[in-house]
Amino acid sequence: MITVGTALAAAGGEGESPSVLAVPLDEFILGIVAFFIVFFALWKLVLPKIEQTLKDRTDAIEGGIERAAKAEAEAKAMMAQYKEQIANAHEEAANIRAKAEADAKVIVDQAKQQAEAERSAIAQRGEAQLAAERTQTVAALRQDVGGLAVDLAGRIVGETLSDDARARGVVDRFIADLEASSAGDNS
Amino acid sequence: MGLSLSAALPSSAWGCNFPECTFPAPGTEIFFFDNVFSIGPFGFNKAMIQLFIGAIVVIGFFWFAFRKPKIVPRGAQNVGEVGYGFIRDGIARDVIGKGGERFVPLLFTFFFFIWVLNFMGIFPTLVFPVTSVFAIPVAFALIVYLTWVPLGIAKQGGWGFFKNIMFPPGLPKPLYIILAPIELISNILVRPFTHCVRLFANMFAGHLLIVTFTVAAWYLFSPTIIGLLGSAVSFVVVLALTAFELLIQALQAYIFTLLTAVYISGALHAEH
Repeated sequence: MITVGTALAAAGGEGESPSVLAVPLDEFILGIVAFFIVFFALWKLVLPKIEQTLKDRTDAIEGGIERAAKAEAEAKAMMAQYKEQIANAHEEAANIRAKAEADAKVIVDQAKQQAEAERSAIAQRGEAQLAAERTQTVAALRQDVGGLAVDLAGRIVGETLSDDARARGVVDRFIADLEASSAGDNS
Repeated sequence: MGLSLSAALPSSAWGCNFPECTFPAPGTEIFFFDNVFSIGPFGFNKAMIQLFIGAIVVIGFFWFAFRKPKIVPRGAQNVGEVGYGFIRDGIARDVIGKGGERFVPLLFTFFFFIWVLNFMGIFPTLVFPVTSVFAIPVAFALIVYLTWVPLGIAKQGGWGFFKNIMFPPGLPKPLYIILAPIELISNILVRPFTHCVRLFANMFAGHLLIVTFTVAAWYLFSPTIIGLLGSAVSFVVVLALTAFELLIQALQAYIFTLLTAVYISGALHAEH
């Protein structure tokens, strides 16, 4: 046995038992051997596992953060899409409403025009009919009035104005005079 | 009997719990054990058997803790991770800094192995700290010494290494006449010695104290007021010392490991 500390411990020699500062070579070597057994076992078997575990955890956490960020981005994109869709829908609705209003206006206008046209047509027709009836009435009246007048005149004069042609000429002239005088009064 | 002082009398049966009725003050003999068995030139006494039990315990614990590592740790794995973080972040990264990761296995082994060997000092049935056998701290300190010295020479060059140790910059030139030899002796010669003696002496003294008061508790035990009181006080002191040792054991393991890191750090980057 080598006793490294013998000299140092000489002062405090403890009688029979050897110095506590002695370093027996076999104990010294066993100490080194034991250390290296623990060292290599921990270094090669345990520490890589610990490091791997910590690394896996870091990856898991970072992966989780990444996934969360991705999900957030997706959610944001979806939100934007929805907003756009809603905006589009609003626009479309507005367009449809505008179109409907325009259509309604067109339809109303058309209806108005049609109604106007019909009204004027009816009015025109009425006027035409009135005019025709008037003309007819006037013609009939003229004939009747002529006949009556001739008849009356025949009775008064006592002579039969049987000569139709002549009688008609007289009557016509008379009526024309009447009309001329009434027209002169009216103006 | 009873309240009498008969216990104090040498002739009495009480107060004579040890042969010859004297107080057998524990000496250094309590640190020596007979060999239980031998393998070749290696004698295995109680301390050496405990040394290998400690080795198995350290390896076994961490192997068990990380046999099936989980992403979310529980139980032993949690404890193991805290220990690993303590060495890697608290010692390797803080003290050595850049490049410190490389020395985590060394520091990790030193801390936990020394702690377990120290802890045996208060572990029931063992009650002997292996590190109070001087050869063990010497072996450990030598491993540290043979790590940082070659490392320093490799990093700073042969001359550079000694120059950085002996001539810390920024001092008046004449001072180096005194300083250079002191620095050389303190760093190269005294450092490994203090490194191992610090650990050894603490564990040695702690064990001696615990044994002394344990013996006193039994020696004083007798059915008298003085006997019971003395015995009880001694026993309480044993309990207090045991609790104190628990702290010292962890602290010394930490200091040894921390100094190892400091020496390695000094070798890697000339700090002066």
